[in-house]
Amino acid sequence: MWIGMASITMMFGAFTSAYVVRQAAGNWLEFGLPNIFFISTLVLLLSSVSLHASYRSFTAEKVKFYKPLLILSAVLGIAFIVLQYQGWLTLFSIGVDLKGNPAGSFLYIITGVHILHVIGGIVALLIGIINAYTLKFKVTPKRKINFELLLHYWHFVDLLWVYLLIFLYLSR
Amino acid sequence: MSEVTTFNEEVLIEEQGYDDHFHEHHHEDKYKSSFIFKYIFSLDHKIIARQFLFTGMFWAIVGSAMSVIFRLQLGFPDESLAWLKPMLGRWIMMNEETGIGTLDPQFYYALVTMHGTIIVFFVLTAGLSGTFSNLLIPLQLGARDMASPLLNMLSYWFFFLAGLVMFFSLFLSTGPFSGGWVAYPPLSALPQASSGSGAGMTLWLVSLTLFVVSVLLGGINYITTVLNLRTKGMSLWRMPLTIWAFFVTAIIGLLSFPVLVSGFFLLIADRSLGTSFYLSEIFINGQALDYVGGSPVLYQHLFWFLGHPEVYIIILPAMGIVSEVLSVHARKPIFGYKAMVYSILAIAFLSFIVWAHHMFMSGVNPFISNFFVIFTLIIAVPSAVKVFNWITTLWGGNIRLNSPMLFAIGFVSMFISGGLTGIFLGNSAIDIQLHDTYFVVAHFHIVMGVAAFFGMFAGIYHWYPRMFGTFMNETLGRIHFWMTMIGAYAIFWPMHYLGMAGVPRRYYRFDSFDAFGQFTTMNEFITIAAIVTFAAQILFVINFVWSIKNGKKMTTKNPWLATTLEWTTPIKAGHGNWPGNIPTVHRWAYDYGKDGKDFIPQIMPLSEKEKAEEVH
Repeated sequence: MWIGMASITMMFGAFTSAYVVRQAAGNWLEFGLPNIFFISTLVLLLSSVSLHASYRSFTAEKVKFYKPLLILSAVLGIAFIVLQYQGWLTLFSIGVDLKGNPAGSFLYIITGVHILHVIGGIVALLIGIINAYTLKFKVTPKRKINFELLLHYWHFVDLLWVYLLIFLYLSR
Repeated sequence: MSEVTTFNEEVLIEEQGYDDHFHEHHHEDKYKSSFIFKYIFSLDHKIIARQFLFTGMFWAIVGSAMSVIFRLQLGFPDESLAWLKPMLGRWIMMNEETGIGTLDPQFYYALVTMHGTIIVFFVLTAGLSGTFSNLLIPLQLGARDMASPLLNMLSYWFFFLAGLVMFFSLFLSTGPFSGGWVAYPPLSALPQASSGSGAGMTLWLVSLTLFVVSVLLGGINYITTVLNLRTKGMSLWRMPLTIWAFFVTAIIGLLSFPVLVSGFFLLIADRSLGTSFYLSEIFINGQALDYVGGSPVLYQHLFWFLGHPEVYIIILPAMGIVSEVLSVHARKPIFGYKAMVYSILAIAFLSFIVWAHHMFMSGVNPFISNFFVIFTLIIAVPSAVKVFNWITTLWGGNIRLNSPMLFAIGFVSMFISGGLTGIFLGNSAIDIQLHDTYFVVAHFHIVMGVAAFFGMFAGIYHWYPRMFGTFMNETLGRIHFWMTMIGAYAIFWPMHYLGMAGVPRRYYRFDSFDAFGQFTTMNEFITIAAIVTFAAQILFVINFVWSIKNGKKMTTKNPWLATTLEWTTPIKAGHGNWPGNIPTVHRWAYDYGKDGKDFIPQIMPLSEKEKAEEVH
């Protein structure tokens, strides 16, 4: 899992360094990030918190709390994607599109690939929810590890977005 | 001859080993249920290793047959190739009046491109690492199987799928991708750029993306297995050098392949979404395209950030195999074990900060080039340490000159001669003359092509009994070695002279250039040598296939008298590798010729004398 994260980090590292290299080459369009990206960040951070809380109640065997919190995390994750899409629409309306200036192209590709990773996390979350409602509740070591992996991945995708946002914000 | 130790592995493993309760679980059935699950969708690492080997060999034959065809074109541009018509179809253009068939220039480029892609990725990455990492990591570490057999199986099947897509692209009416294996834009980014840049390039991208998935799944597995599934007593510093090499290779692959994928994503966006990451103010057929502001150099940076580590992904496993084979067949401990490990780590680290030496002529800043020149030349240091240690391992050894040993020594020879020309090419000033000439072709074919193949052959001859329970024919093996050794030098040595005279690579024919007219006979010589060398490989394949059933049977568990754990398993090892307990390791992997004994296996407990020495 940690190793997989290292390789995803390298991929985004490549994207952002390509961004820096390209920016240095000139002919770069400057534009502000839509405010909606900051709201979506907040949403994603909240989902991390709720998933963590869900994990805590799972290990503490508080069945009543852990299931709704799990669903809340997934809903917040989906909300994040919707908000990102709204952000894209805002960008598009101010004339930043995929095909034009590379500044815009990079933004779309980087956010787009990040969304794909979030979708991966949501799929894992949904599987977790289905399991939570169909299987009998029991804290086994195996399920604990699975939950932990999901949690780590979700935090990772979250932090990745925070890094990308700070990067995009600072290096316009 | 020193005294031969007598011991019984089974007794030793039962007494010293430990019980991991493996056989109490009844999952044997899952592995042996039917033919399909035993041999096709197998989860057993030994079967998966063989699958990688067979697929790799298939691609090696395809890839090298391609090289023979374009060598025919280069050596004998005026001869008729009409006899290839049944196989290549309309890629042979027939002259109606004379009946002479010539190779379509477009297809020539496709052959060169596919030769590179296939050999680099499918044979020397998947075929080499895939086979030996899968076979040896669990066996030499004393593990029942890989950390995740399922991911391991998926890794093979993603590789298979990648191969299938690439194979399919060979039969497109527009031909496979033909813009060079590095796939630089704009040839790779504009579907209308050449006939291979359309569907051929799309399939190329799909295939390589699948391939990267396979490498990542495999790599995660290898790293996890090495870190978590070592048997009792097998500390990192007791691991054989093969395992160190595979381990570091997997780490390099995991860090560099995602960068290639990000480069591919941008390329796909340029191709199908109309972005301009790599394209700028470009005209095709007199028509201006509306791409503005991209830079193809960006692709080169992303590609070579994988591309350079990739050559070490290819050569490190070969180095590991050679270290092991040299030590076993020289009956001597490997010289400077820790220095070997540290030089593997140093090479791995340096491989990430030298990528721009592939781009000296691409318009990168000459001051930045200085930085890359220095780091490139520093790689010579750990490489020289390794060469020195291999030669000192041989020095005064009780050498068995059999086929695996011959190939291992051949590897050292190839690595030295190819490595030395690397020092020429690493200098950005000399590179101005040598860039994209046959000198480069000669350099990388010797140092990573032929050398890695030699490492692979050494490994195949050495571990063949472990894989199939029989030996390959020794006489044929030696003929194979000498033909390949002499043939490979005969092919690539003259290319240095071509390159120094400035003959550029990838050209279809040279007779319209007066300056290169003098090389006609040399090109003919190279082509003949290539055909002979190819014939030797056919001999190898025949030997390989024939020996599976008819080779000399393996009668003892440890025919090479080696110390490592893979030779303590039964001749026909089932799933789980050891029938009873897992062996416990008491010493490093290279106790040859110690205390008057020919060799002491890793499972042998320390003697009283050794215990006393260890305290001091």
